[in-house]
Amino acid sequence: MSSASLQSHLVFKLVTAALAVAGSVVLLIALTRLIPGDPATVILGSRATPETVAALNARIGLDKPLQMQVLTFFSRLIVGDLGQDVFNDRPVLQLVAAALPNTVALAISAMLLAIAIGVPLALISAHRPGGRIDRLIAFVSVGFISTPSFVVSVFLLMIFSVKLGWFPVLGAGERGDTLDQLWHLVLPTLALAAGWVGYIARLLRSSLLEVLSESHIRTLRAYGVSEAKILIKYTLKPAILPTIAVLGMGFGELLGGAVFAEVIFNRPGLGSLIYDSIRTRNYPVVQGGVFVIVLLYVLTNLVAELSQTLTDPRERSRLARKSEP
Amino acid sequence: MFADLSRRPGGTFALLAVTLLCLLAIAAPLLAPYAPNAIAPANRLMDPSFQHILGTDHLGRDILSRLIYGARIALGISLSVIAISLTAGVVLGIVAALSPRPVDLLIVGIFDVVTSFPSIILALALVAVFGPGLGNVVLLVSIVFIPHFGRVARSQTITLRNSPFIEAEKVLGAQTWRIILHHVIPNIIGPIFVLACMDIPVVITIEAGLSFLGLGVRPPLASWGNLLNDGYVYLDQSPWLATFSGISLILATLGFALLGEALRDTLDPKLRKTL
Repeated sequence: MSSASLQSHLVFKLVTAALAVAGSVVLLIALTRLIPGDPATVILGSRATPETVAALNARIGLDKPLQMQVLTFFSRLIVGDLGQDVFNDRPVLQLVAAALPNTVALAISAMLLAIAIGVPLALISAHRPGGRIDRLIAFVSVGFISTPSFVVSVFLLMIFSVKLGWFPVLGAGERGDTLDQLWHLVLPTLALAAGWVGYIARLLRSSLLEVLSESHIRTLRAYGVSEAKILIKYTLKPAILPTIAVLGMGFGELLGGAVFAEVIFNRPGLGSLIYDSIRTRNYPVVQGGVFVIVLLYVLTNLVAELSQTLTDPRERSRLARKSEP
Repeated sequence: MFADLSRRPGGTFALLAVTLLCLLAIAAPLLAPYAPNAIAPANRLMDPSFQHILGTDHLGRDILSRLIYGARIALGISLSVIAISLTAGVVLGIVAALSPRPVDLLIVGIFDVVTSFPSIILALALVAVFGPGLGNVVLLVSIVFIPHFGRVARSQTITLRNSPFIEAEKVLGAQTWRIILHHVIPNIIGPIFVLACMDIPVVITIEAGLSFLGLGVRPPLASWGNLLNDGYVYLDQSPWLATFSGISLILATLGFALLGEALRDTLDPKLRKTL
C-alpha cells in the first residue's frame, strides 16, 4: 500500500474517532439537560431554596446554553478539568484518576486470562474440526459468551468466598500489599474473563481453519511436518492477527463491563464510581466518568483497527485497491 | 430448519430452552403455584421443599412463581426492545442509504456517536437521566440497539439500490415508497431477522443487569435481575434465590444465543463472517 493511501486512511480514521468523541460529549451534555425537571432540584431535593438551586445550576454550567456548555467542557478539558463533584467539590479528574488504575488492572488481567485459556481451546478445536472435542468446546464457548458476567460474579462469590472461604468477599486489598491486591483480583478477573474465553476460542478457531485450508499447509503436510508443528509454528501466527484486532476492541468493552464486577465485589474503579454517582445523582461525576470510558473505548478501537490494517497484508491490499483511480 | 437445529451442538438444548421460556411467559398465571408478589414473612428464606419447590425469598415469596413471572418480563422486554429498535433502525438505515450524502452522513454520524459508548455504559447513562422503570428501560435500551439494525439495513440497501431490478422499477416510474416496500425491505429483512434473534440474549442480559444494579425494572416486579440482586444481598443466609435466578438467566441467554446462531447458519451462511 502506498504511504499516501495509508496516510489518508489514518487521517480519516482519526477524524472519525475525534468526531465520535465530540458527538458523545454533546450527547452527554444534552442528556443532562433532558433530565425531567430541573437537574439542580433533582440533586438538592425539593426543599432546596431557589437561591441554592440557581447557585448549583451556575456551578455545573446548566445556566448556559448547550453550545456554550460544550465549548466550556472542551476548553476545560484542554487544561485537564472535567468539572467538580457536586457534593464535596473534589475535581472529577482526581476521582477518575484514582479509580482508573483499578479498572485498567482488572481489564488487563481478565484479557490475559482469557487469552491464556482461549488460545489453547482454539488450538485443540482446530486440531480435529467436527470431532467430539471440537463440538464440546463450541458448546462451552457459546455458554461462556452468553452467560452474563454479573451472574458469573455472584456464583463465584457464592462458591469460593461465602461457601468455601478461599477468596476474600469484598474490596480490592490492602494498599501497598501487592499479594493481597492480587488475591482480591482473582474472582473479578475470572468473572470478567469468562465471556472472552469463548470469543477468543471461537474466533481463533475459525481463523486457524481458514489458514489450515491454504495450499502451503498442504505442502507442509506432504513434507511430513508434524500436525502440532504445523498448527503452532505455521498456522497460529497468521491466524491470530484478526483475533488481536478483536481483542483490542474488546478491551474497551471490558472497561465498560467491569462495572458489574466492581459493584458485586465492592472494588473501587471507574465502573463503581459511575454507578455510585448515578445513585447519588452526582451528574458531573457521571459525565466525567462516562467521557473517560468513551475516550478509552474509541481509542482502543482505533488502535486495534489501525494495527490490523498495518499487520494484515489483505487489509493493506484492499486499501490500495480502494485508493486506485 | 428444526431438524438442522437439533443436529447442531446444543441445538436440542436451544430448542427446549426457548420453547420452555415462551411457554412459561405465556402461561405464567396458570403455571405459577403462588402469586409472584404474595408476601409471607413467616416463610422467609426457606430451603426448597414440597410446599415451595425452589424455596422462598427474604419476604417469604415463592421463588418458582417469581421466576416464572420473570420469564414473562425477560421475554416481554426483549421482544419490545427488538421490535422498536428494529423498526427505527431499518427506517433510518433505508433513509440514510437512499438520501443525499449530507443526510446519510448525519445518520451515520448519529450511529457512530451511539456506538462510541460501550452498550452497558450508554444504557446506564440514559437510565441515570430518565430514571428506572419498565417503560424507560424498554425505550432507553431500544436506543442502544437502533444502530445495530440501522447499519445492516443501510449497507444492505446500498448494495441493492443499483441492482438492475431496482433500476428497472425506477425506469417504469415506480415511486420510492413502492420500491422500498416491495423490493428493498423483502430483500434486506433476512439478515435483519437473524440479527434480531442474535440480539435477544444481549437485551435480556442488559435488562437483567440494569435491574440487578437497581436501575432497571422496579421491585416488586419479578425481573430476573431483581431476583438475582435479592439473592446477592442474602447470599450468606440462603443461596437458593441467587442460584435459581442465575440459572434461569443462563438458560435463557444460552438458548437464544444458540438459536440465533442456528438461524444465521440456516438462513444465510454467508452472514457467519459479518454477524
